[in-house]
Amino acid sequence: MALYSETVMDHFRNPRNVGVIEDADGVGEVGNAKCGDIMKIYLKIKDDVIEDVKFETFGCGSAIASSSMATEMIKGKPLSEALALTNKAVAQALDGLPAHKLHCSVLAEEAIKKAIQDYYEKTGADYDKSIFPACDSCDHGCCHSH
Amino acid sequence: MRHIYADNAATTKMSQAAIRGMLPYLDGIYGNPSSLHSTGQAAKEALESARAVMARGLGCDPREITFTSGGSEADNQAIRTAAWLGAKKGKKHIVSTAFEHHAVLHTLEALEKEGFAVTLLDVHGDGLITAEEVAAAIRPDTCLVTVMYANNEVGTVEPIAEIGAVCREKGVLFHTDAVQAAGHLAIDVEKEHIDLLSLSAHKFHGPKGVGVLYARKGIPLQNLIYGGAQERGKRAGTENLPAIMGMAAAFEEALAGMDERAAHVTALRDKLIDGLGQIPHSLLNGHRTQRLPGNVSFCFEGIEGESLLLLLDDKGVEASSGSACTSGSLDPSHVLLALGRPHEIAHGSLRLSLSHENTQEEVDHIIRSVTEVVEYLRGISPVWRDLQSGKQNFVIQ
Ligand SMILES: Cc1ncc(COP(=O)(O)O)c(C=O)c1O
Ligand SMILES: [Zn+2]
Ligand SMILES: [Zn+2]
Repeated sequence: MALYSETVMDHFRNPRNVGVIEDADGVGEVGNAKCGDIMKIYLKIKDDVIEDVKFETFGCGSAIASSSMATEMIKGKPLSEALALTNKAVAQALDGLPAHKLHCSVLAEEAIKKAIQDYYEKTGADYDKSIFPACDSCDHGCCHSH
Repeated sequence: MRHIYADNAATTKMSQAAIRGMLPYLDGIYGNPSSLHSTGQAAKEALESARAVMARGLGCDPREITFTSGGSEADNQAIRTAAWLGAKKGKKHIVSTAFEHHAVLHTLEALEKEGFAVTLLDVHGDGLITAEEVAAAIRPDTCLVTVMYANNEVGTVEPIAEIGAVCREKGVLFHTDAVQAAGHLAIDVEKEHIDLLSLSAHKFHGPKGVGVLYARKGIPLQNLIYGGAQERGKRAGTENLPAIMGMAAAFEEALAGMDERAAHVTALRDKLIDGLGQIPHSLLNGHRTQRLPGNVSFCFEGIEGESLLLLLDDKGVEASSGSACTSGSLDPSHVLLALGRPHEIAHGSLRLSLSHENTQEEVDHIIRSVTEVVEYLRGISPVWRDLQSGKQNFVIQ
């Protein structure tokens, strides 16, 4: 189908980093089944570097491919770099997404932020809360902006 | 790789009869039916022969047939006509159902903005309404009841003859969108008390962009398109004769083979329903038997429909879904929501619509493919993990 680029289809058909990390240092889940896309990211962190990352996604081709690409982009990277990842960069790395599908790629960015925030909370780190998206702001109860 | 086309509710492959029926009118008989010379009159004769075919198939008079650009136009014109006739008598209430095609629902929404009141009947969990419910919804100011013959997503076939009888008794015009039914189910506008009916050729192996509006004698159609005197002045524009001839040929063929095809397709449908029903936490949408011969609609818990479609396409299975992510909006199909399916379940829907060209072997391949893909997608779904671990409760048992 020509809806998606070859890169999107590759990541959709052969998603990288699918799975669970049982002893994850940070876990972030965003989205809502009502919306149609849910993404969960697991991080293994050492010395502020993402040593390993896995994801599970319930969602469309765009959501699964974005999860796969985003996890590739942050693997082995310092947290500061992971926090700077934008959905635009993910979409760009995928050679673009159809306009009405950008919504689904936002989740990847937000899931990563949420997993890092979870890590900070768990470790009792002092961090700048303002850079993390506030939950429950969406009028239909999901955790991301549209 | 082979393609198993199982999306016949979206559109069908044109039959050889339809193509053969069209060819002479693309090539030799190119006249304008309104012209007085021989070439024009040959076209006119053909046009009228097609009208007679369509009329015979519906059990009406050829003068009650108006050719349109398809199902959407016929729906619009039927509803606009009834609304216009009603408004002249101060009757501005319309009864319909919550799961009509958008060609009907959006026309009704436009009329609401123009001061009409619309009652949309609940279609219940099984996608069926009753004549009693229609009777109870009719008010003194009701000018139209419009209920689809068969639903395009979940395939349920409504009790049209009974609804028609109620409307006739109460003196209210009755329109039915028979786009999914025509050519697949026997229709008799007389016996079923239908006043207005829409059909579309591309759903029964005819060409796209052509359809029919049947309007009972004595119902003066309201124009959507003004201009020349074609179609007794009710639908201006030089007739799309090749498409009309293709439609007539396809309709004739569909009617002649209807019983045989329905038996074959129904057997495939039931095999498919039984096979997909084996998948844990799956649910058939729409009544088990009171449905179109070729329609199979399922929801699978814990997965999303678009990824299901893409991976099925990779396995050569072409189908459709009512998930939000396939529609470009955030909301899943209004039809599945009307059946009371929660959002999270409606996202995981799959529609397979079969034709007489599908085979038992293809159905086996579809069952295997869907089972595999659903299992794979559940394996990477955080929703499925939560359902499995008991963190969340299954909606579909
Ligand atoms: C029930 C129903 N009504 C109307 C239409 C519209 O028909 P057309 O595509 O010919 O305008 C369709 C086709 O999608 C349909 O399934
Ligand atoms: Zn999506
Ligand atoms: Zn949302």
